[in-house]
Amino acid sequence: MTAPLVEIRDVSKRFAKRLDVAGKIAQKLGAGAREEVVHAVDEVNLEVNEGEVLGLVGESGCGKSTLGRVVAGIHAPTSGQLLFQGNDVASMSGTDRRAATLAIQMIFQDPFASLNPRMRVEDIIGEAPRVHGIVSRSEASDYVDDIMRKVGLDPSLKRRYAHQFSGGQRQRIGIARALAVKPKFLVCDEAIAALDVSIQAQVINLFMDLREEFGLTYLFISHDLSVVEHIADRVAIMYLGRIVESASTEEIFSAPRHPYTKALLAEAPRLDQRKRDFAPIEGEIPSPLNPPDGCFFNPRCPHAQDLCRADQPKLETIGPGHTVACHYWQDT
Amino acid sequence: MTDTALPSSAPAAAKVETPFQRFRAEFFESRIAATAFVVLVIIVLLAILAPWITPQNPYDLAQVDVLDGRLPPGSEAFAGYTMWLGSDGAGRDLYSAILYGLRISISVGLASGVIALIIGMTVGLIAAYAGGRTEAIIMRVVDLQLSFPASLVALMLVAALGKGVDKIILALVVAQWAYYARTVRATALVERGKEYVEAAQCLGLSRSRVVFRHILPNCLAPLIVVGTVQTAHAVSLEATLSFLGVGLPQTEPSLGVLIANGFEYMLSGRYWISVFPGIALLLTVASINLVGDQLRDVLNPRLKK
Amino acid sequence: MSPVLEVSGLKTHFFTHAGVVKAVDGVDFAVNKGEVMGLVGESGSGKSITGFSILGLIDPPGRIVEGEIRFNGENIANASEETLKSIRGNRISMIFQDPMMTLNPVLRIDSQMMEAILAHEAVPKRQAWERCRDALGLVGIPSPEERLQAYPHQLSGGMRQRVSIAIAFLNKPDLIIADEPTTALDVTIQAQIIHEAQKLTSQTGTAMIWITHDLAVVAGLADRISVMYAGRIVEQGLTDDVIDHPLHPYTVGLLGSVPTANKRGERLFQIEGMTPNMLSLPEGCAFSPRCGFASEACQVPPAVEHVANRELRCYHPQSQVAAE
Repeated sequence: MTAPLVEIRDVSKRFAKRLDVAGKIAQKLGAGAREEVVHAVDEVNLEVNEGEVLGLVGESGCGKSTLGRVVAGIHAPTSGQLLFQGNDVASMSGTDRRAATLAIQMIFQDPFASLNPRMRVEDIIGEAPRVHGIVSRSEASDYVDDIMRKVGLDPSLKRRYAHQFSGGQRQRIGIARALAVKPKFLVCDEAIAALDVSIQAQVINLFMDLREEFGLTYLFISHDLSVVEHIADRVAIMYLGRIVESASTEEIFSAPRHPYTKALLAEAPRLDQRKRDFAPIEGEIPSPLNPPDGCFFNPRCPHAQDLCRADQPKLETIGPGHTVACHYWQDT
Repeated sequence: MTDTALPSSAPAAAKVETPFQRFRAEFFESRIAATAFVVLVIIVLLAILAPWITPQNPYDLAQVDVLDGRLPPGSEAFAGYTMWLGSDGAGRDLYSAILYGLRISISVGLASGVIALIIGMTVGLIAAYAGGRTEAIIMRVVDLQLSFPASLVALMLVAALGKGVDKIILALVVAQWAYYARTVRATALVERGKEYVEAAQCLGLSRSRVVFRHILPNCLAPLIVVGTVQTAHAVSLEATLSFLGVGLPQTEPSLGVLIANGFEYMLSGRYWISVFPGIALLLTVASINLVGDQLRDVLNPRLKK
Repeated sequence: MSPVLEVSGLKTHFFTHAGVVKAVDGVDFAVNKGEVMGLVGESGSGKSITGFSILGLIDPPGRIVEGEIRFNGENIANASEETLKSIRGNRISMIFQDPMMTLNPVLRIDSQMMEAILAHEAVPKRQAWERCRDALGLVGIPSPEERLQAYPHQLSGGMRQRVSIAIAFLNKPDLIIADEPTTALDVTIQAQIIHEAQKLTSQTGTAMIWITHDLAVVAGLADRISVMYAGRIVEQGLTDDVIDHPLHPYTVGLLGSVPTANKRGERLFQIEGMTPNMLSLPEGCAFSPRCGFASEACQVPPAVEHVANRELRCYHPQSQVAAE
């Protein structure tokens, strides 16, 4: 069996807010200043096989964007490994490493902040392939035209700046920029969340068309379950820096095991649900600075027992390709 | 798949305007700013064209007649032309002296501004991108520098270095680079956190390319604003120093020197010797500041609707 | 029963240097006591401007150029600032997407809430404080006494939104206008907020206009839905009618492009084209360039017609219901 296209092993990412001089003095004097460490991502394992779409679902602050950035090589993991085609990216030599960097590209959430406002579209798309010698200077113009057409943009607009385009078109420019370096893997971080409803479907369709045309593999990060259900083959649910459940899409939606997954499924607004009378799951998402003991979900979990407050459940395999981190997955 | 969404490739904006055209339209929306801009252009033109449009070269002692000294506005000079703004104690035609003074004041302000901008920008970018200890050291130096009033720093330096155009430019650069460094660092830090920089990292672009091709161009807007305001500040700082007698020498009279020269005659009713150069200074500094304010309003995206 | 709010022929235009933006261009609707109306539209559709117009919060270069806003029978369109002040925060209150639009960052929650009461009523401070405490309890905030002493920045985003909802309900207003109040919140927190809002409206009889871009949110909350496109309401009717049997091609498209309405893994039904540029709207029906059913007739803007138990602006109603 071939190695997964992209794999992360035991990846953690911590952000530490170091004390400055004033803070250190305050600490010496007995004030409650402490170094704050956020475990944005906590020992996560994921593999994505070639041609697959993995959906990564979670609420704000759960670390899904940080995880995406680790996969895309923007953040170096604090510990753990990122493997591309079975090889550790951190220990690769220069050329291999560059090839791995280019093979994994990212599509960002904000179609405004993710495009350099001082560059023309032809440069936004054409810069990297020129710099890396993917195309020669003389071919660059045709190359950019070609990619623009592929993402549904009119090449005659390439001399314009990003601000002259609508949100949906800007997102297409961002996709074109990523495609220009011939990636194998796209990390889409809430890539449609900022778009108008009528434009979202267009961009989802574009992602699906590109998958077919270029054989792309995706890590599709979203808070929107219905979108993930539509395009993902497998889904991983993240809560406070950890994966709490992962399974094939059918299984997650038909037989969820983790109480958090169930809550997400039950509470996402749906068109077919009218004036409903239900008691939503209570409580807030805890601060990642100060997570609860035991299972991170226990303060909000309707089934929490003493064990859940004391001991953190490990991910266990409960069926083919189905893992869940809950002590009482059988009872819920 | 090419039929995906070609409809959406229709033009986004109804009319295509370059960023510069938009900038120009927004800049001239304010009448005050437009007036200030026109005044500033006239002042700069007068300064540049001074040798061709003044009746006298005030630096050429052969053209200056002491007998013409302290003549009120409208008097006729010995050489036959009318001194519309009167003359100063040394017999210089004030109109000519003011234009030549503007030349010096503006070029000193501009030269010090540009040099301080280049130094400050480089230092600020290094601080923002290097981070850690380098940034801490650079920014503490900047803080230290900014905790002294600029006029005090400049005054001390000029007192130590002596008179002369080069020395005053040096003093002004030392007094002002820190403002640029702070501005660039703050902007660069914000820009560095934006997604387009992350995208550039993803695309495997080199560090220097990211800093100079991606981050720097996006830091220029606040730099231009600070640059304009600081140039106005440099002009008035230079005038202050010259007025105090530690700036430019009598032989190269800037506006400050002219004001200082006339000051002793103020009480004797010969107001024009100080007042006219004073008005010229005021117009220059005020118009640069107003242009700077409008630039800030137009270039600062946070103030936009 | 006469409606709490009746908007007719409302036009709010913005006179910018680039041209006139007809943000709201002929909007009619009414909201009854205890009723929740979902006002749905994409960015630039004019849904928020409609809300701001009702509250008299339109700043130059914009102004209400035409139409009536009858609140409890009295026209408050272009009413004096004094009249509006006595209504705002008292008889009509607003909940924003960003709760910090309501909350003052430098004041404690208790002083802000009590001020909201004392500005409109002369009651003893103690009594006002008790009302504030009860209001926080009603929106599901645990240990309200403690939270009253907090500053806004000490609360999470969801908690702040609860506080701003509590403030909105404080004076038992007749109408609440909620502008995308859950858009910035997470799914589980959104569910909590919707639940609280639903509970409060049915308990107090307050009418509510819930402005959102998300049809699924109002499907589970609203009694009636109005769909806006380019400054006009293109379709409005009972929630069940609009969601289950949409008539306007735009509503049909919006509902059809939702992933759950499509088969898994297949291309979604999509509305072609872009959201319109409000400075250069197409002639006639603004949706016609994106509409698969547009005909010659669409060159003339369709008037509001009563079709199948709803109000519609379209020459080509879609579902079978219309055919009957």
